[in-house]
Amino acid sequence: MPKAPAGTLYRGREGMWSWVAHRVTGVLIFFFLFAHVLDTALVRVSPDSYNRVIDTYKTPFVNLMEVGLVGAVLYHALNGVRVMLIDFWSKGVRYQREMTWAILTVFVLVMAPGAYFMTKHTLEAIFGSAS
Amino acid sequence: MTTSSLGTVTEGSIAQPDQHDNLVIEAPRNRRKRPSGNRSKTNFEMYAWIFMRMSGLLLFVLVLWHLLIMTVLDGGVQKVNFAFVAGRWSSPFWRTWDLAQLWLAQLHGTNGLRVIINDYAERDGTRFWLKMLLYMSSFLVLLLGTLVIFTFDPNLT
Ligand code: HEM
Repeated sequence: MPKAPAGTLYRGREGMWSWVAHRVTGVLIFFFLFAHVLDTALVRVSPDSYNRVIDTYKTPFVNLMEVGLVGAVLYHALNGVRVMLIDFWSKGVRYQREMTWAILTVFVLVMAPGAYFMTKHTLEAIFGSAS
Repeated sequence: MTTSSLGTVTEGSIAQPDQHDNLVIEAPRNRRKRPSGNRSKTNFEMYAWIFMRMSGLLLFVLVLWHLLIMTVLDGGVQKVNFAFVAGRWSSPFWRTWDLAQLWLAQLHGTNGLRVIINDYAERDGTRFWLKMLLYMSSFLVLLLGTLVIFTFDPNLT
């Protein structure tokens, strides 16, 4: 392995880790998309086989993984906008670190209520419904 | 000029590991001999770069809205079943939405993975076969997904 050149925007700290996370989430979403097109294709086989596979999405464990998947997509989407701002906005490079923290803030603000509504049914099933 | 495993390379375009202080990053618009020795005469990589950004912008709206409807609003994934899909796909608007989403996401993801394979698979043979596998699976996913959207039958039993 050749030694990495010094002085790149992507070496260390927020700039590097946001890139690592962008790459990891991109690959994750890609593989999920493969599975997702296959499971949706079952609507062409029979309503029953489609409903059976979608029922597995409704189980507590898969429901939890769904929160992870939506989180991965949301991060990738927000960071994708940050990448585009670095590329096209004249001050983008200067503020790339601030933008990382900005998208993470948006991420938390969106995921907190999002995760609640995504898992509402699961939580009620496990801890008992209030009503 | 030196010769590396990539072919002929112009001096100064390669980072010298022992010369951290005077690392040269060429201005992107300077034309120079391509490392792959003029094999590629097109601007494919530039169009791919632009496509990642254009498709990313569209996917931002398409995918996040899709996830909001399917996994958050109105009971989340618990409401989804064949009847729900039939209801949505009775509208040409949502069929067009899903078709655009399928193609953009699959092409965006395929190009992303192509870049990643180029980054990490160092042997020519490995790179070639991984990319063949990638393109074959992408082709099948696009074909299957498109067929399903166009031939969906709400009265199927
Ligand atoms: C939701 C909206 C999305 C936005 C805004 C977005 C944005 C981007 C951008 C701008 C890049 C280029 C990064 C660079 O050149 O440094 C990228 C790379 C990538 N995207 Fe997306 N994307 C989105 C959705 C998706 C989806 C649905 C998938 C999977 C099917 C995906 C998979 C990838 C992959 C694998 C890469 C390559 C990562 C790398 O080279 O490190 N993206 N994305």
